[in-house]
Amino acid sequence: MTSTTIAAPRDHLQAQMRWRWGEIAFWLATLLPFILAPDYLLLASQVAIAALFVLSLDLILGFAGIVSLGHAAYFGTGAYAAGLISKWGWGEPLTGLLLAALAAGLFGYVTSFIIARFRHLPLIMITLGIGLLLQESANSASWLTGGFDGLQGIHTWPILGRFRFDLYGYTAYGYALAALFVIFLGARRLIHSPFGLALRGIRDNSQRMRAIGAKTHSHIRTIYTIAAMIAGAAGAILAQTTETVSLEVLGFQRSADVLVMLILGGTGRLYGGLLGAVVYMVARDQFSGLNPQYWYFWIGLLLIAVVVVLPNGLLGGLSLLTRRAKAQS
Amino acid sequence: MSESALAARGIDKRFGSLIVAADVDLTLPPGARHALIGPNGAGKTTLINLMTGMLRPDGGRILLGREDVTALAPEERVRRGLARTYQINSLFPHLTALESVTLAVCERRRVAQTWWRRLIAYREEIEEAHQILGALMLGTVCHRPARELAYGQQRLLEIALALASRPKVLLLDEPAAGVPREESKELFSAIAGLSRDIAVLFIEHDMELVFRFATRVIVMVGGSILVEGTPAEIASDPQVRAVYLGKKQREYHRG
Amino acid sequence: MPPVLGVLFDGLAYGMLLFLLSVGLSVTLGMMNFVNLAHCSFAMLGGYVTVTLMNRVGWPFFATLPAAFVAAAAASVVLERAFFRRFYNASDLEQCLLTIGIVFVSIAAAAYIYGTDQQPVQLPAFLRGSIAFAGLNFAIYRLFLIGIALIITVVLVATLEMTRFGAQVRAAVNNQRMARGLGIDVDALFAVTFALGSGLAGLGGALAIDLVGLDPSFAFTYLIYVLIVVSVGGLGSIGGSLAAAMLLGVSDIAGKYYVPAVGSILIYLVMTVLIMLRPAGIFGRR
Repeated sequence: MTSTTIAAPRDHLQAQMRWRWGEIAFWLATLLPFILAPDYLLLASQVAIAALFVLSLDLILGFAGIVSLGHAAYFGTGAYAAGLISKWGWGEPLTGLLLAALAAGLFGYVTSFIIARFRHLPLIMITLGIGLLLQESANSASWLTGGFDGLQGIHTWPILGRFRFDLYGYTAYGYALAALFVIFLGARRLIHSPFGLALRGIRDNSQRMRAIGAKTHSHIRTIYTIAAMIAGAAGAILAQTTETVSLEVLGFQRSADVLVMLILGGTGRLYGGLLGAVVYMVARDQFSGLNPQYWYFWIGLLLIAVVVVLPNGLLGGLSLLTRRAKAQS
Repeated sequence: MSESALAARGIDKRFGSLIVAADVDLTLPPGARHALIGPNGAGKTTLINLMTGMLRPDGGRILLGREDVTALAPEERVRRGLARTYQINSLFPHLTALESVTLAVCERRRVAQTWWRRLIAYREEIEEAHQILGALMLGTVCHRPARELAYGQQRLLEIALALASRPKVLLLDEPAAGVPREESKELFSAIAGLSRDIAVLFIEHDMELVFRFATRVIVMVGGSILVEGTPAEIASDPQVRAVYLGKKQREYHRG
Repeated sequence: MPPVLGVLFDGLAYGMLLFLLSVGLSVTLGMMNFVNLAHCSFAMLGGYVTVTLMNRVGWPFFATLPAAFVAAAAASVVLERAFFRRFYNASDLEQCLLTIGIVFVSIAAAAYIYGTDQQPVQLPAFLRGSIAFAGLNFAIYRLFLIGIALIITVVLVATLEMTRFGAQVRAAVNNQRMARGLGIDVDALFAVTFALGSGLAGLGGALAIDLVGLDPSFAFTYLIYVLIVVSVGGLGSIGGSLAAAMLLGVSDIAGKYYVPAVGSILIYLVMTVLIMLRPAGIFGRR
């Protein structure tokens, strides 16, 4: 085999993981709100937080095939952890974020031993059960969590001592966006690593994975822990930027919303989740006057439409269109 | 007595009142080319599932080399050199052929857990995968997703995946199943090209393959081993004729 | 009435209701592995049909019960033909999402038509009040509920065990491929079973109104309970559903009575642990 033939397969793989101009355009566009829509920076920070949360769900669902109806458990753990750390006197955001993410990651690690052993309906039920359990426990432990009224007394110090959290959201959005970008880089690296390949193998055919010697349970535990940490980070940022934490961070509503965002945008593509988060959060803000019941009517129709017409979400539909356009030209 | 590559001793398995394996003894010496034949429902695939660990036997032992692996999980047995292919293609539909085999190589080399290094940094693994695919005539299609490959190519990819684990024992479950005559040439040469270091047991209904490659034939009926011997012995065994080979023998001689 | 017996009796009644709501889902899940999270929407439909017929059209309570059954069964046939059929081989996720979407739509529709308040229902006089027996008071409606559920259970078991239809259902639940190979029209069988199961859910929804109330969130609140019953009891098992429903019914009532602060936690904890220990359910096969 000459060196040129050996280089060829590598080149093909390398071409797949190069940064595309669309990606660069996307990240440049995330800076636009600072200039074009400074009134909406608080909303933008909410979108960034949601995007980070969706990213963590994509890692377990889009890449490893784990259907979770209780992913908010880790988001909420991160939120409460960050809130409590601040309430107990340490308001430094970056270390608080790290500690909260670790706390969520620890909880994720412990539960991953259960998650890895099941599939299909039992798995769905267990993720649901864990989420509901945590929500009810947090409700009961009102001495710790503030119960129905939520956590009080959170005060976030300025980032790096300099960037104060202002009313307009400049710092909030900058903080959330920076965290999103950094973690996204890590996730992107993970996707293009041998581990990322192994996850796709598990999603495609976990039985065959075992037949090629893969310790699937170990892989699942790893990605679940990583995803829990990222979800916890998102929750922590929410707690720090809004200086409130209430029970809904653990609720089924949040787990369902993040699932809808991911499906809307398209699973298994990283950017799908981000897109879904943007579309969903912006739409929800636009229709915020609507009775919540009716909001869920349209979400219900949307879910049905996505499953029937666009199983790979918006991004999947877009890539299908571009492929068809290329084929015709 | 030299140690066998794979041995099943006194394997029993039942599902309720259905006995799928009754006191099965099977030995594969190193470098073997053994064929396991029998009518549908004889328990051949079940035996493979028992040997690979997808099923737990109710009684008996499985030995890989000198090691008793009866209690080991399937992936552990693979790591000790036992690989299999599936009768119905069990591939990674969305992964390309190259990605699939590279994944298998990475798992073998214990690097599949690293998430902080890029895949393309693993040159040796990619090269090895490419070579395995090239040897099986899949080099030109290695960048196509598995689900887009022709059926015969998918069967070859099945074998490529198994070979990527560098097995000492290879269990092929009907490798030629469903492959039309025109496409079976590559498959036959792939099997012929298997290293003499590997002990191969293949389940087959295709008698041409059996008589061409097997040095020993084991006949299984209703969960038990009926008889074993050289292909010639089996072909002329009246018991086997009556149960199974009878019709097939006539078909083979006609063709 | 001594609390323990009272709790047991209420738990039994509640459990019977849960059984009616769950048995259809258990059988259809066991047969086709189709994750139908919209099951309780059919129950809710049955409830609202009863309310409408009684309050707006003036039907007597008993007449509305078969109507609730038929309405839910008919709705399920329509949905099955239009949508579900195409997704029998789809992934768990797709089935979940499709049916969750239907749940959302049904909740919003119910809220739009009926508002979000609890629906009042006036039971016939002889079903109200309670009977005194051996020094204890038994609510008549709960006795009635237990009675109906028992009759239905007997009918179900008899159908499964003694009719050809039942034998086909058992075969299809046990091994779908084999059943097809034997010439059983599994798709038609499933359509009928799905309709029956949804009809039973509708009946359950109608009967539930006086026991637990009816509002648009019913489709989701009771979905959780139904899923617990089905997961713990085992897919495709009527006996399992009955046992799990009893267990859940009594535990829930007992929990709310004895340890109200911790009530739901106990349920979710027990469920999660049970599913971990026996993922196929107590009586499950897989």
